[in-house]
Amino acid sequence: MTDKMHVKLNVNGEDHEFLAEPRELLIYALREKLNITGPHVGCDTSHCGACTVTMNGKSVKSCTVFVAQANGAEVTTIEGLGGPDALHILQESFKEHHGLQCGFCTPGMITRATKLLEENPNPTEAEVRFGIAGNICRCTGYQNIVKSILSAAAEMNAAKEAAQ
Amino acid sequence: MIPAAFEYYRPTDMEGVIALLQEHGDDARVIAGGHSLIPMMKLRMAEVPHLIDLQAIEGLSGITVADGTISIGAMTTQHDIINSASLAAAAPIMKEAALQIADPQVRYMGTVGGNVANGDPGNDMPGLMQCLNAKFHLTGPDGDRAVDARDFYEAAYMTEREGEEVLTAVSFAAPVGGYAYEKQKRKIGDYATAAAAVQISKADGKVAAASIAMTNLSDTPVWSQTAGAALVGADCGEAAVKAAVTAMLSDIDPTEDNRGPVAFKRHAAGIVLGRAIARAWSRA
Repeated sequence: MTDKMHVKLNVNGEDHEFLAEPRELLIYALREKLNITGPHVGCDTSHCGACTVTMNGKSVKSCTVFVAQANGAEVTTIEGLGGPDALHILQESFKEHHGLQCGFCTPGMITRATKLLEENPNPTEAEVRFGIAGNICRCTGYQNIVKSILSAAAEMNAAKEAAQ
Repeated sequence: MIPAAFEYYRPTDMEGVIALLQEHGDDARVIAGGHSLIPMMKLRMAEVPHLIDLQAIEGLSGITVADGTISIGAMTTQHDIINSASLAAAAPIMKEAALQIADPQVRYMGTVGGNVANGDPGNDMPGLMQCLNAKFHLTGPDGDRAVDARDFYEAAYMTEREGEEVLTAVSFAAPVGGYAYEKQKRKIGDYATAAAAVQISKADGKVAAASIAMTNLSDTPVWSQTAGAALVGADCGEAAVKAAVTAMLSDIDPTEDNRGPVAFKRHAAGIVLGRAIARAWSRA
């Protein structure tokens, strides 16, 4: 057993400080220390992407980051994107286009999609599929997830145009 | 899923890294993007009592293209490679290959240095670096040295890097001519069943020079000098491609696993090399 280290994380705009063993994975720090249980664990080989969060501007699989490495980072999870009373456009779009069934991949999928659309606001269908290839879904067959993301992109672009 | 406990260090300079490596010997490892090391630690296939994080060290990431030489810091991520306009112009094969590595999340974290230093024959960059005749820059207690990518790999997970050395950068001359990285895989994120890196330059309608390396078809990447030589002077027609494939097949030594038996891998190797040569030639 090694000594615990003092960890600082900013999650969804809020500062958190806690003690953790360096080996603790970011996903467990989020879920078990901070009770941010939207990001999920779907595998132990870094494939599924259910644990995806945004860390320092990157989509990362939080099961493959030690909390020690994340010390000092800014993290956004699904909880930071929108809530039941004020859904993020992507959250609304997944609801509208039936982009989820069991909902287990959804937090990672939507968090990844926010970053994808930030980097590529006008993706083609192929680019969406390639852009979410690090996120596995067992329920939807992806079709409606792709629709949800393309529709959200169109809506975000229309909103941007209207604002100009 | 649960790695063993370790002491964590985040030094801010290379002297600090080397000192820790000297102090803890085989019990210490550096961590870059963590996307090979952490999975191995989670499976307890790697135990690392002292983990040295390179993230706070200045100057380990970045891409420079100057005087025909490309230098890429070891901590440069695959995402950075894909998004570098200067690299896409100077060595477009890098972007083509990086887009076939892993998935978006892994590419934000995984680094070039980690990919080439890992020593897993499944990694794509090692063969690519051999194709490009890259040099790997190492820093250790006795100073800096450079090792040719073509001399770096000894066996699976065994490389020329000494335990107290850190791979700090890769560099290579800007390639000329056409290029292709052709990878056969079962799905996104999979290591290759077979992959080929090809650079071809053209003069007077004939191949002036060609470099060919293969991925995941031996316990190391395979630079096939004879396969490249088989194309030189030819028009890249059917006979020349066949000669190159035949030469390549005598250099690889695949093993059976759940990607297929040896005969299938040799077949796939021939297919990917044929396709890579055709695409590289069309771009030459």
